[in-house]
Amino acid sequence: MRILITDGRVVDPASGRDERADVAIDAGRIVAIGRAAPDFEPARRIDASGCIVMPGLVDLAARLREPGREHEGMLESELKAAAAGGITSLVCLPDTEPPLDEPGLVEMLKFRARKMSSCRLFPLGALTRGLEGEVLTEMAKLSEAGCVGFSQADRPVRDTMVMLRAMQYAATFGHTVWLRPQDGWLGKGVAASGAVATRLGLSSVPVAAETVALHTIIELVRATGARVHLCRLSSSAGVALVRAAKAEGLPVTADVSVHSLHLTDDDIGYFNADMRLTPPLRQGADRDALRAALADGTIDALVSDHNPVDDDAKNLPFAEAEPGASAVELLLSLALKWGQEMGLGLPRTLARVTSDPVRVLGAGLGPLSASAGRLVEGGVADICVADPAATWQVTREALTSQGKHTPFDFAASGTALPGRVRATVLAGGMSFEAR
Amino acid sequence: MLSRHNPQLNANGELIHLLSIDGLPRDVMTHILDTAGTFLSVNDREVKKVPLLRGKSVFNLFFENSTRTRTTFEIAAKRLSADVINLDIARSSTAKGESLLDTIANLSAMHADMFVVRHSESGAPYLIARHCAPHVHVVNAGDGRHAHPTQGLLDMYAIRHYKRDFAQLSVAIVGDIVHSRVARSDIHALTTLGVPDIRAVGPRTLVPGDLGEMGVRVCHDMGEGIRGADVIIMLRLQNERMSGAMLPSAGEFSKTFGLTPAKLALAKADAIVMHPGPINRGVEIDSSVADGSHSVILPQVTFGIAVRMAVMSIIAGNEA
Repeated sequence: MRILITDGRVVDPASGRDERADVAIDAGRIVAIGRAAPDFEPARRIDASGCIVMPGLVDLAARLREPGREHEGMLESELKAAAAGGITSLVCLPDTEPPLDEPGLVEMLKFRARKMSSCRLFPLGALTRGLEGEVLTEMAKLSEAGCVGFSQADRPVRDTMVMLRAMQYAATFGHTVWLRPQDGWLGKGVAASGAVATRLGLSSVPVAAETVALHTIIELVRATGARVHLCRLSSSAGVALVRAAKAEGLPVTADVSVHSLHLTDDDIGYFNADMRLTPPLRQGADRDALRAALADGTIDALVSDHNPVDDDAKNLPFAEAEPGASAVELLLSLALKWGQEMGLGLPRTLARVTSDPVRVLGAGLGPLSASAGRLVEGGVADICVADPAATWQVTREALTSQGKHTPFDFAASGTALPGRVRATVLAGGMSFEAR
Repeated sequence: MLSRHNPQLNANGELIHLLSIDGLPRDVMTHILDTAGTFLSVNDREVKKVPLLRGKSVFNLFFENSTRTRTTFEIAAKRLSADVINLDIARSSTAKGESLLDTIANLSAMHADMFVVRHSESGAPYLIARHCAPHVHVVNAGDGRHAHPTQGLLDMYAIRHYKRDFAQLSVAIVGDIVHSRVARSDIHALTTLGVPDIRAVGPRTLVPGDLGEMGVRVCHDMGEGIRGADVIIMLRLQNERMSGAMLPSAGEFSKTFGLTPAKLALAKADAIVMHPGPINRGVEIDSSVADGSHSVILPQVTFGIAVRMAVMSIIAGNEA
């Protein structure tokens, strides 16, 4: 299909392009940025005046709940939600039921996602069988089936010898290991250590749960040379360790969730279970450090950490409530909000949800890596058209995700979010259009 | 954020639920204590009843066992002429898989007017208060480590009874503070009532340094902790914590932080000794101290009924 997106502000963070232009699409590719050829006859025109035309968003962390938790989220509902959020590439975690430790499971997910044409899906494979931290998975086969890296999700490997072996083995084939730094023993609480957890009487997770794990991982990176992506940093002390590791030249990258970027443990208020998140929300100084680190590039990518949770699992006492929130539809808005508050300008802001996550994925993307997360002539046509001046209220009705729980729910926050996705183009076809 | 609205007060600042002492205004607290004073005489009468809750149904929902607290709430409600229904949930519906909110919905359909809730998870009474009908009142009878507000109030009643004024007091709270909902409620109550010197005393595993953010002085030495104190509140050491990674043994705890006559001698001569019960004789408190002249442990129990009558009658009179 030929599509012409007219009169938008074209922002391509990777090249720094930021100008008013048309974008012409044909056969899944961008054929022109600027003026389309005079004989270009589009089947569809998208009027993007007043809007930004940017690469489709790339989200490095989402749970779609399938297989195993279909009552909380389905591939179809969550990929549609991602498209509504302007996302064209999504990395999903392996902690499904059963976990993604079998090539067949991964192939099935990839096949079904492709048929839905809502969003590209890039699964992370389980690093160990059943995520049990004991036996390595068949990484070569899983990678062939479509896994872009290997992860333990939220189940840390407690046996450091297994960890060392897993990193050595992954490094053999150049696979990236995705780890959320959390010590298995120290990380068992439900809120961050501090005044709020103390006052509310909630079991707590000390900062040391993150820093102890980071020290271990970084030491093992030195020993093995494995490339590691550090997921969901939550503390100022954690940021400092990652900054030092990068300065040393170690092959590490990092991300932060939209929740840790905008919220603190204070937002738990009177046991609001929508604030029950993993990692737990920390204090203002941690949030400030995370915001600064994302701005200066110590943290490479901003992720939604999408995890739809149903009412039954949230309407419970705080500690018993299932952690997680629906967030793919909020990623762009929360990136824009952060960028505005930090005074960063659009290209720098949007880089953290487009070209930078593609850099983290690296070779894992295969032939797509040359143009995903970017707007280039001849490149793949994954595009998001959004109105940055529009605001919206996050309500249950406004969400496409099957999960309706988010800390940014308007009824609780009283705050509208900036930026509204108008259209999403995936591989040259329309994956979402606002009504 | 809007969700920060204090759920235990209505728009006029009147008490509709008692969920925590945290966020309880000083005048509301004083009003409860004054009202409890008037009920204390009811307990001395031959006919120990007043008709304030006649026709109302009070449901005691104990998701965690506690015969003593449940009994004091039952007596208090009966003396207010309410119909009292005791549900030992730990052994009934939730054991069959019913969710907390389903249990509440079912009991609401039986026209409950008040829920007295004990639950092992911090914050559970807030969830119930958020989801029950507007005319239903919730009293927190202890949730996880978070709060035990009627215990906190009865402790304040006892302190006021014996010491009259809060403004000059030194109060030491000793023992397993990190896991104690009683300690949290006492600390909030004492700070709200203007006690200038509150000490949290115990080993670092049970009294972490960040307790200081609640407005107390953290002491890891028993002598320093109780020296010159007017009030000593000993906390119960739970059996499951007597031996493990928190403490090596009950005997070692008794030796270092147990209240013996020799340690009590460091406090003021007219110091009172309190304990929420049930006591572990010979662990956190010596029998000679528990039964001695400084102990007000049994009067605490008596005050507890009057305080619970005051709380139930006050919230029942206020509308959401």
